[in-house]
Amino acid sequence: MTALLVTNLCKSFGGLRVTSNVNLDVAAGERRLIIGPNGAGKTTLFNLITGELAPDSGSVALFGRDVTKTPSRKRTHLGMARTYQIITLFAHDTIERNVTLALLGLSPLRWNPLVALDRQQHLIAQGHDALKRVGLDHIAARPLAQTSYGERRRVEIAMALAQNPKVLLLDEPFAGLSIDERQDVRKLLTAIPRDVTIVMIEHDMDTALELADRITLLHFGEVIVEGTRAEVVADPRTREVYLGE
Amino acid sequence: MNDPALLPVRSRLAGAVVARRAAIGVAVVALIAVPYAIQQIYYVNIASQILLYAIFALGLNVLVGYAGLVSLGHAGLFGVAAYAVAYLLAAGAGHAVAILGALAIGLVATAGFAALALRSTGISFIMITLALGEIIWGLAYRWISITNGDNGISVSTRPAPFGLSLDSPRAFYDATLVVFLLAVAAVAIFVRSPLGAALAGTRDQPRRMNALGYHVWMIRFWAFMFSGLLTAVAGILFVYYTEFISPQALALTASAEGLLMVISGGAGTLLGPVFGAALVVIVKNVVSAYITRWNFMLGAIFVAIVVFMPEGLVPGAVRLLRSAWRAASRQKPAAAIAGPKQ
Repeated sequence: MTALLVTNLCKSFGGLRVTSNVNLDVAAGERRLIIGPNGAGKTTLFNLITGELAPDSGSVALFGRDVTKTPSRKRTHLGMARTYQIITLFAHDTIERNVTLALLGLSPLRWNPLVALDRQQHLIAQGHDALKRVGLDHIAARPLAQTSYGERRRVEIAMALAQNPKVLLLDEPFAGLSIDERQDVRKLLTAIPRDVTIVMIEHDMDTALELADRITLLHFGEVIVEGTRAEVVADPRTREVYLGE
Repeated sequence: MNDPALLPVRSRLAGAVVARRAAIGVAVVALIAVPYAIQQIYYVNIASQILLYAIFALGLNVLVGYAGLVSLGHAGLFGVAAYAVAYLLAAGAGHAVAILGALAIGLVATAGFAALALRSTGISFIMITLALGEIIWGLAYRWISITNGDNGISVSTRPAPFGLSLDSPRAFYDATLVVFLLAVAAVAIFVRSPLGAALAGTRDQPRRMNALGYHVWMIRFWAFMFSGLLTAVAGILFVYYTEFISPQALALTASAEGLLMVISGGAGTLLGPVFGAALVVIVKNVVSAYITRWNFMLGAIFVAIVVFMPEGLVPGAVRLLRSAWRAASRQKPAAAIAGPKQ
């Protein structure tokens, strides 16, 4: 079954075409890696898939349902979650509150102006479960300002996982991490069950290639190579545009 | 949950909660005692004015502090409710109808403001609210058949809830205090609620909130409505307090003064706007009796706050007190080590 189907997606900013007839067919449970040099349009493609940007043409379907015109927030309710290349968290809050906000986003409780959020034990317990998955439950009450960069990356992933997504879009989850932190995040991503489809942008080929079932190479907004790890690595166009050979 | 680094923090937090509850109790008792402690009627009236403007500032703070949306048109909403009461009373309605009608009209006007202003954020939001406030002021000034223009509308009586007359300054103060405490409680509950947390999230990371499944526009809309409700309540109290309403109460300077109350006291804090309202009302009404150029004085105070306590009076004072407490705590062990002087 196809989890995410992108068909002829196009996007231009003025005269600059950043996404050009992109097609993606990501099967349920698949780990898809999207690679490409800087400026290839990878993050723009994510923004188009999540609905943060509206495409000029083409379509996006989530488990067979056309979501091209569906607002970004509703795609989240349909099972799409993402992380950001530049960490986007609530810096004045604790780790726990960050994850609680992620859980609250899918709960009808978010419209309630009368009850105290701190007393919603079921949300807090779910938040701790999500933090446990990323190994941060022991510092849940710590203010985000007192955490390391690597911990913040894991908070981002915890927030996405807390929403029990069907399709998880990870935008450079290893960016800025030390070697040890990369290994931790790699283990964390490997442990995500196969009922979650993962589409991941990553520059760290050594780490990311191990995780990927299939790889899509983008260049100047176009898909130029797609296939298994062996096929993509062996393709001369990959070496030409990405590996610099 | 078991972060050992947080154990002293938790202990301090528990102490802070007890101290806060005690402080709230003392503050409520002090507020109740104000009209009995102050002998002059003039100052009781000033105290009532502080409370009603504090409600106005609390409402504005919902937008400015918690939503990150700076409005320069809130005096327009304040005036709409005040004019609605005056007009309905002049048309022969009773106080209950006039108050409920004014609240409804105030909320309709707020919805209109929100629908137009929430199309943008930042400077554009400020300019749209400024323009809307000026439109309301222009209508109050020029729509003479409804507003009586520059001459304003007088209100001859005050309501008597549960048979209690509010004609005396002390009775009016008591009624204003009850409404004020309800407003503070409402804002405190809202801020701690899921909707309040979502609103703060839209202030800090609107894009992220959208990606997490929140309807950012709608959250801001309901915050605007809550802000407008409190502003309307303040407007109703104002028209009963002065027993008169004229375009001056809706002017841009009134909106700017509201903003000054919020920012000087501490935007995004519960009590900051209350202290800010007290500061502005006291300088405007009391200091102006001694200093002709009180506007200069108010400006100088505001500049001093921005320079020395950019976060506002309340959070700034808390910061200074904490620093002093830490300094005193450090000195105690040092003195113990040094031992008594020979």
